[in-house]
Amino acid sequence: MSSTGSESREGRGEGVSSDGRALSSGGWSPSEREIRRRSFRRRAALRYGLIAAGSSALVLGTLLIVLVTSPGFTTLSDTFFNWVYGAQVLPKVLLGFMTNVTLTVIAASCVAIFGLAIALLRTSRSPALTPFRFLATVYVDLFRGIPMILVILLVGFGIPALRIPGLTNNVLILGTLAVIITYTAYVAEVLRSGILTVHPSQRAGARSLGLSHFQSLRHVVLPQALKRVTPPLLNDLIALIKDTGLVSILGVTDAVRAAQIASSRSFNYTPYVVAAIVFLLVTIPLTRFTDRAIRRSIERQNAQGLA
Amino acid sequence: MSNKSALKVDSLRKSFGSELVLDSVSFDVPEGSATVLIGASGSGKSTLLRCINLLEQIDDGAIFLDEEEITNPEIDIDQTRRKIAMVFQAFNLFPHKTVRENITLAPVIVHRLTRDEANQRADELLKRFGLYEKAEQYPDRLSGGQQQRVAIIRALAVNPRVLLLDEVTSALDPVLVNEVLMTVKELKEDQSSAMTMVIATHEMGFAQQVGDQVCFLEGGAVVEIGASAQVLKDPQDKRTKDFLRKVHEAGRL
Ligand SMILES: Nc1ncnc2c1ncn2[C@@H]1O[C@H](COP(=O)(O)OP(=O)(O)O)[C@@H](O)[C@H]1O
Ligand SMILES: [Mg+2]
Repeated sequence: MSSTGSESREGRGEGVSSDGRALSSGGWSPSEREIRRRSFRRRAALRYGLIAAGSSALVLGTLLIVLVTSPGFTTLSDTFFNWVYGAQVLPKVLLGFMTNVTLTVIAASCVAIFGLAIALLRTSRSPALTPFRFLATVYVDLFRGIPMILVILLVGFGIPALRIPGLTNNVLILGTLAVIITYTAYVAEVLRSGILTVHPSQRAGARSLGLSHFQSLRHVVLPQALKRVTPPLLNDLIALIKDTGLVSILGVTDAVRAAQIASSRSFNYTPYVVAAIVFLLVTIPLTRFTDRAIRRSIERQNAQGLA
Repeated sequence: MSNKSALKVDSLRKSFGSELVLDSVSFDVPEGSATVLIGASGSGKSTLLRCINLLEQIDDGAIFLDEEEITNPEIDIDQTRRKIAMVFQAFNLFPHKTVRENITLAPVIVHRLTRDEANQRADELLKRFGLYEKAEQYPDRLSGGQQQRVAIIRALAVNPRVLLLDEVTSALDPVLVNEVLMTVKELKEDQSSAMTMVIATHEMGFAQQVGDQVCFLEGGAVVEIGASAQVLKDPQDKRTKDFLRKVHEAGRL
């Protein structure tokens, strides 16, 4: 019964110290079989790369040819892709885009804080908090259900119309406020669903160690919940960056408004395309970056090899 | 039990980064027999099982299932995995599916049984192992021992050629250990259709009852391998003796 395969073992066995612990791979060189295996894997990888490159060249090449040879292409390229004019308006669009960036940073920070507060409130069980839980639910239902453009109009034009002394008429501030109000409702719900998906045994484990309700949330539940909802939250962040363009309807000179002004003067749509590209330059790297970050964090935690 | 080899591991080598975890591991598992892997924590038992289940890419050596090299990258990994089932220490049941759904998932979507056939087979197995009344329950509602027995049934439901069990009782309290071990033992009762198994365990009594062959690993190398009674009762190597003495002192023999 006892059998020890003994074939192809030459050149092995060194690098093992007296207690049987293999300390280094010194003295080991891959067997014939392993070398064959590796060269097969290399060839497979090469084949994969060639097929990917070939198929990409074919598809993208065809698309380009169809586009360039289409009858309206010259008009199209002049009205939408006039790069000389595009370069002229770029500084104005960029200046406007700074407003979008600032607005995003401020809004995202506020949304993170308020969203988390509301999510915690809605998942709490304390009887004293019942009225606040109720109000939070009403708030979330309300502002998730109203188109954001209406919230911007209501806040941006409605609040100044009240003429309350001391209250700002600054459209930029009011626009930011409207964005915050709307996004807080969304983000609170994402966070809340994340908290609810953490298994009850985790909370039980923490409570049994003597952690308080808040401590278990802070150290055990939230870290797991946040990791789980990071992808949808980043989705919301990207949507937020784009939606800051909506405050242009209040007259805020952001990238969208700057492009609109330039375009209405020249009857050429290149500025819009320029603004679109400026947005893409921020949003695409952000998506790629977050994809990688998420994958790495998953790999670090689950050392489970390939499956 | 025939002497035809069902599974053969030859000069297996596996490292994680610079750490060599398995070094020239070789053994044969004859059809219908059980090979028990023993060794301290970190000696490489789980990694060895994961390599056999093709969950890890090996660095060198080869693994054969019925004479066919399954570590050959040219073969279809999924096809091979269908012939090898593994049960993990932490059950790995799907919490969103009932017991019966857990068991029928692979037979239906991988092995293309009809839902009725799969349910029927699942119920047979559940009855055989005394878990029929739990069929509609969700795993969370079961005791640890019951969960682990469901995990074993789930692995059996696909009619595997080889069953790999990785410390299936380590997460259980002693009272529950026995019911799981009985379940595994039951797989060997029927001589004609005895399951071919590779079992990593710390339960030496169980190793002796179920194992035809015992393999002692230390630092990723096979120190001693042989008939279970011989290795456990009359070990030859000093390291095996030391290990068994420590286990004995810990009161697990
Ligand atoms: N995914 C992994 N990445 C890095 N090292 C690992 C990984 N899995 C296991 N190891 C290491 O391999 C060694 C053997 O582990 P394992 O096979 O789990 O041993 P056992 O099951 O006998 O307790 C340990 O030193 C462990 O740290
Ligand atoms: Mg293990």
